[in-house]
Amino acid sequence: MSPMDGAYTRASTMDAAPRVTVAATAYEVVMGIECHVELKTQTKMFCGCLNAFGAEPNTNVCPICLGLPGALPVPNRAAIELLVKAGLAFGAEVPAFSKFDRKNYFYPDMPKDYQISQYDMPLTVGGIVHFWRDDGSRGSCRLTRIHLEEDTGKSSHAGSRDGRIAGSTYSLVDFNRAGVPLMECVSEPDIRSREDAVAYLEALKRTFVALGVSDVKMEEGSLRCDVNLSLRPYGQTEYGTKTEIKNMNSFNSVARAIESEIARQTSILESGGRVVQETRGWDEAAGATHPMRSKEQAHDYRYFPDPDLTPVEFAPSDVARLRQALGALPDAHLERLIVMDKLRVEQARQIVDGPGLFEYYAAAAGISGKPQATVNFLLGDLSRLANETDTPVFSSGVTPEALAELVGLSDAQTINSKTAKDLIARIWVEGGSPGAIVAAEGLGQLSDAGAIDAVVSEVLAGNAKTVDDYRAGKTKVMGFLVGQVMKASGGKANPTLAEARLRERLDAPR
Amino acid sequence: MADRSAAEVARAVNARETSAVETLEAAYARIAERDGAIGAYLALTQDLARARAERVDAAVREGKRLPLAGVPLAVKDNMCLEGTPTTCASKILDGWIAPYTATAVQRLIDAGAVPLGKTNLDEFAMGSSCENSALGKTANPWDRSRVPGGSSGGSVAAVAAGEATLALGSDTGGSIREPAAFCGVVGFKPTYGRVSRYGLIAFASSLDQIGPIAQTVEDAALAYDLMAGKDPLDATTVDREVEPAAAGLRDDLRGVRVGIVKEFGLDKLEPDVRACYEQAYDDLRKLGAEFVEVGLPTADYGVATYYLIAPAECSSNLARFDGMRYGLRVEGPDVGATYEATRAAGFGDEVKRRILIGTYALSSGYYDAYYVRAQKARTLIAADFAKAFEACDVIACPAAASPAFAFNAKADPVSMYLMDYYTIPMSLAGLPSLSVPCGYVTPAGSDKPLPLGLELSAPLFAERALLGIAHAYERGTGHARAKQIPTLADAVSAR
Amino acid sequence: MSDIDVAYVAKLARLALTPAEIERFGAQLGALLEHVGALAELPTADVAATAQVIAQSNVTREDLAVPSLDRETVLAQAPSREGPYFRVPRIIGEEA
Ligand SMILES: [Zn+2]
Repeated sequence: MSPMDGAYTRASTMDAAPRVTVAATAYEVVMGIECHVELKTQTKMFCGCLNAFGAEPNTNVCPICLGLPGALPVPNRAAIELLVKAGLAFGAEVPAFSKFDRKNYFYPDMPKDYQISQYDMPLTVGGIVHFWRDDGSRGSCRLTRIHLEEDTGKSSHAGSRDGRIAGSTYSLVDFNRAGVPLMECVSEPDIRSREDAVAYLEALKRTFVALGVSDVKMEEGSLRCDVNLSLRPYGQTEYGTKTEIKNMNSFNSVARAIESEIARQTSILESGGRVVQETRGWDEAAGATHPMRSKEQAHDYRYFPDPDLTPVEFAPSDVARLRQALGALPDAHLERLIVMDKLRVEQARQIVDGPGLFEYYAAAAGISGKPQATVNFLLGDLSRLANETDTPVFSSGVTPEALAELVGLSDAQTINSKTAKDLIARIWVEGGSPGAIVAAEGLGQLSDAGAIDAVVSEVLAGNAKTVDDYRAGKTKVMGFLVGQVMKASGGKANPTLAEARLRERLDAPR
Repeated sequence: MADRSAAEVARAVNARETSAVETLEAAYARIAERDGAIGAYLALTQDLARARAERVDAAVREGKRLPLAGVPLAVKDNMCLEGTPTTCASKILDGWIAPYTATAVQRLIDAGAVPLGKTNLDEFAMGSSCENSALGKTANPWDRSRVPGGSSGGSVAAVAAGEATLALGSDTGGSIREPAAFCGVVGFKPTYGRVSRYGLIAFASSLDQIGPIAQTVEDAALAYDLMAGKDPLDATTVDREVEPAAAGLRDDLRGVRVGIVKEFGLDKLEPDVRACYEQAYDDLRKLGAEFVEVGLPTADYGVATYYLIAPAECSSNLARFDGMRYGLRVEGPDVGATYEATRAAGFGDEVKRRILIGTYALSSGYYDAYYVRAQKARTLIAADFAKAFEACDVIACPAAASPAFAFNAKADPVSMYLMDYYTIPMSLAGLPSLSVPCGYVTPAGSDKPLPLGLELSAPLFAERALLGIAHAYERGTGHARAKQIPTLADAVSAR
Repeated sequence: MSDIDVAYVAKLARLALTPAEIERFGAQLGALLEHVGALAELPTADVAATAQVIAQSNVTREDLAVPSLDRETVLAQAPSREGPYFRVPRIIGEEA
C-alpha cells in the first residue's frame, strides 16, 4: 500500500491553505516508544503452564490461562521480581503499593475477554535509559512506567492472501502464549531521531538480556514495540499530532518504519496538510506504513481493580535486596569502555553485547594495560575464530592471560602481526603461553639492525630491476621490497624496521 | 436413613453399620421419589457417586475413618466437578463439561462425601428465588406453589426434602441464607476468604463465598471445618488458622452479647412474622444471652451499594462467555456479531440486566459516580459493623423480611433485590453469617406452614463462635428438625 | 445521572438487544439507578474505597510448572476447531 492512502490524502487536502513551506530540516521529530517484553520465567504469569516459545499449539494451557469458568489467577512472584529488577536497572522508583486491574475488551485470542494489567499503580515509575550514539555522545530517554500484564493468545488468519487479517474468512487461535508475563515499558516522548530510537531499544535489550529478564527476541515476539511519532517546527513547545506505528519485527524495521513515517509526515506538513492521529502498521515488504482499521468496538476499557488478586507491596528492604542483586549493568560497562578505555562506541557495544566478551576483555586488558590492542585482537582474530568454530572466546584455549601476553609481545614488537595471528590460531586449539612458545621456537621478531641489514642487502642485490624502478620514482614498489625482506627472514623481520632500513639504503645518495 | 444428619451418616458408615453404597442408593431412591415434584437437581452424577461410595467403603474396610464417610452431597451447579456438566443454570454453558474440580468440592469428596448431583440455581447465581434458572424449576418443599429462594434454591430444597444430607451453596449477597430461611434448613456463609473460590464460577469475585447447607448447625460446622483454609489456587483465601468449629459447639448462651440492630426494627414486618422473630429473640435471652442495641446507620444503603459492586464485577466475570472456546455459539458473519448473538441467546434477562448495569457503572464518565462511590459506601458499611461488634459478639436479625413467596410474585427487579435487605450488608462487610430455622408462619388462606430463618452474623473470622451460638439456639429451640414437611407426602403422590 | 444509554452499554457488553429490550431494560435500569442514587447522600468524600474487604497483599506463587490440560480435553469443548486450533469467525478490525 502506498503511503498516499485515502485517509491521508483526504486529511491533507482539507486544510490546504497556502502557507510558507519550510525545509524538511525545520521539523523536530518527537518520539515515545512503548515496548512489550515477555519475561523469562519458567511458567506463565498466573498459572503453572510452561512459558515456552514454539510448543505444539494449545498444549501449554490450563483452566486458568484458558479462562475456563471458575478458574482463578495467582501471580508468579518471579515475574514481579524480574520486572522490578528491570525498572531498578534504569533507576526507576518502586512504589510501596501497586495493584492489578482488569482491562475489559473482547478479542478472540484473549480468553477472559479482559486482560489482567495495571492501570494507575504500576510496579515501577520513572527511571531513565541512557544510550550512546555512534559519535561517542550520550543520549537518554525517561521512562514513564513499567507495568506487568498478561500476554494474549495468537491468532492466525485463514483464507486471506498472505495470512493477514484483511480478507481472511476465519481465524485459528493458539493459547500457548496466553498468560505469558509481559512487561510494558512506556517511555516519555524524549526521542528525537531514528538513531536514538534504535540506540534506546538496544539499551533496553542489552539490559534485559544481561539481567536475565527476557530473551528479547523480536523474531519470536518476545519484544514488540510501538512508536509514537510526531513532528513539530523547531522551537515549538507543543507536540504535533502523533501517529502510532506498529508491527515492526526487528530493530532494522523499526529504523525503516521511523524513516518512512518521518518522510510521510514531513510531506504532509510541507504541503500544508494535517497529520491524522491514527495507528499505522508497518509493511516490511512495501517499506511503508499504512493505516490500521481501529477496532469497531468503542474504546472504553472499564479498568477496575481485579478482585481476584491482592495488591503488591514492596518494603524498602525488598527493593534494596533486588537492587543489590542487579550487579554491574551493561551501561556501566559501556561507560567504562568508552570513557575510561577510550574505545570507539561501536567496539564497546560489540564487547558488551558479545557472550562473555566483557568479562574476558576486562581480565585481559587488566593484565596488559592496553585496551585498544586487546580489543583489536578480541574483535579481530578471536571473534573470527569464535564464529568459525562456534565456540565462545572464553571457552577457547586462549585465556585472558594468554591474550594479555600476546598483546605485550606484540606491543613490544617482540613478535610481528603475522606471528601473532598464527599464534592465536594455534593457542585457540592447543592452549599454552605465547611467550613460552615464542621463546622455545625462536619466533621472536627480527629487530636487530645488523641482522635486518644483512637481509636487506640480500634483497636489494636480488631485485636490481625493482631498485631501479624505485629510484626512478616508482616509490610504491616499497611494499614489494618489504614483502621480500619478510619472506627472506622467514616472516620474523620487524616490518617497520625493514622498511626504514630499505628506505635509508635506497634514498641514500650514491 | 435419608433423614439422618451428616454426622450420623458418617458415624454409621465409619462404624460399618451401613455402607456408603447403601446410603447412596437410599439417597437416589429418595430423589427418584421426590425430585419430580421438587426439581432440586439439574443433573445426577450416578457413575461418579457410585465410584466414590465404593472407594469410601473400601477405605472404611481398610480401617480408615473419614469425617464425611458416605455422606450424600448435593453441589450447586456453579461449582466445577471434573467430568460432569456444569451449567450455572444458563443456556450459555449448557453441555459444558468441567475439566477440573472446585477446591471446596474436592475437600468434601476427599473427606468421604459422595456427590449425588448438581443442583438448580438462579442463572449464574443472580436471583433470590431460583426463578431465573434457564434450565429448570425448583419448588419449595414446604409449599410447592412457592419459591425455594435463591440463588442456591436447588441445594437448599434438596436438603429440606431429604434428597441430600449435605449441600454446597454459594452466597454473594444472601444466596445461601435467604433460601435456607425459606426452606427451613441451616445455611452458612463463612468469612470472605475462608473457603476457596477456585472452581466456583464467579458472579461477583469480591463477594462470592461457598458455604454449607445442612439440616443441623453441627453438620454445617463439620463441612465448614473441612472446606476452610488457604488454597494456593485462590489468592484471596486467607492464610490463617481455622479453629475447628465442630469442637466449639455449645448448649447455652451465657455470657454471649447479642446485638440487635436499631435500623432493622421488627415493626416493618407482618405481625405473624414479627411475632416469630420476637419469640426468637426471647429464646436467645432464655438461653442466657445478653442483649445490646447496636447501630448500623449505613445498612440501609447496602442494597444500593451491592447492586453496583456485584454487577460491575459480574459484567467483567461473564465477558468470557463469548462462544469462542466453550459453551454456546450462535454463529454470525464475524466475531463481533457472533459475540452479540451468542450472548443475547445464551443469557437470561436478569443476567443481561446485571451485565448492563455493571458495564455502565464501570464505563468512562460514570466510574467515580457509581463504582467508586459504592466502594466507599462499602468501607462505611464495614466500619459500622466493626463498631457494632465492639459491643456485641453476634448480631441477630431476620434472614428475610417474609417467608417464601409465590412464583412470579416479584415481577419488578428492584422489589426482588430488596429481598436481600438483611443479608447484603454482611456480605459487603465480608462477615460470617448464617440462617438457622427459628419458627413457622402459616399465611392466611393456606394450610401450609412456612419456615422463617434467624440470621446470626459475627465478626470476621469468628466462625467458631458464630456456629457455637447458632448450635446453642438450635438445641435450645428445636426448630431445626421440629416439623416433618407436611407437603412431602403429596409431593410423592404428585409424581 | 440516571440516564442510561442502553444501546451503547449493550455494545460495550457485546449483547445484541432488540428495540423492545432496549426500552424495557432502559426502564428497569433507570429505576435501579434511581435507587442507587441514594448513595450520593453518604458522606464519602474522605473515605477510602474498598476493593477487597479482607486486606491482604503479596499473595503470589512460586515459579514452578504444573501439568497443563490435555489438548483433546480442551478442544473437545470448542464450538468449532480446526486441527489443534480453536476456530473463530472472521475478525474485523485489528488489535495489537
Ligand atoms: Zn495455564
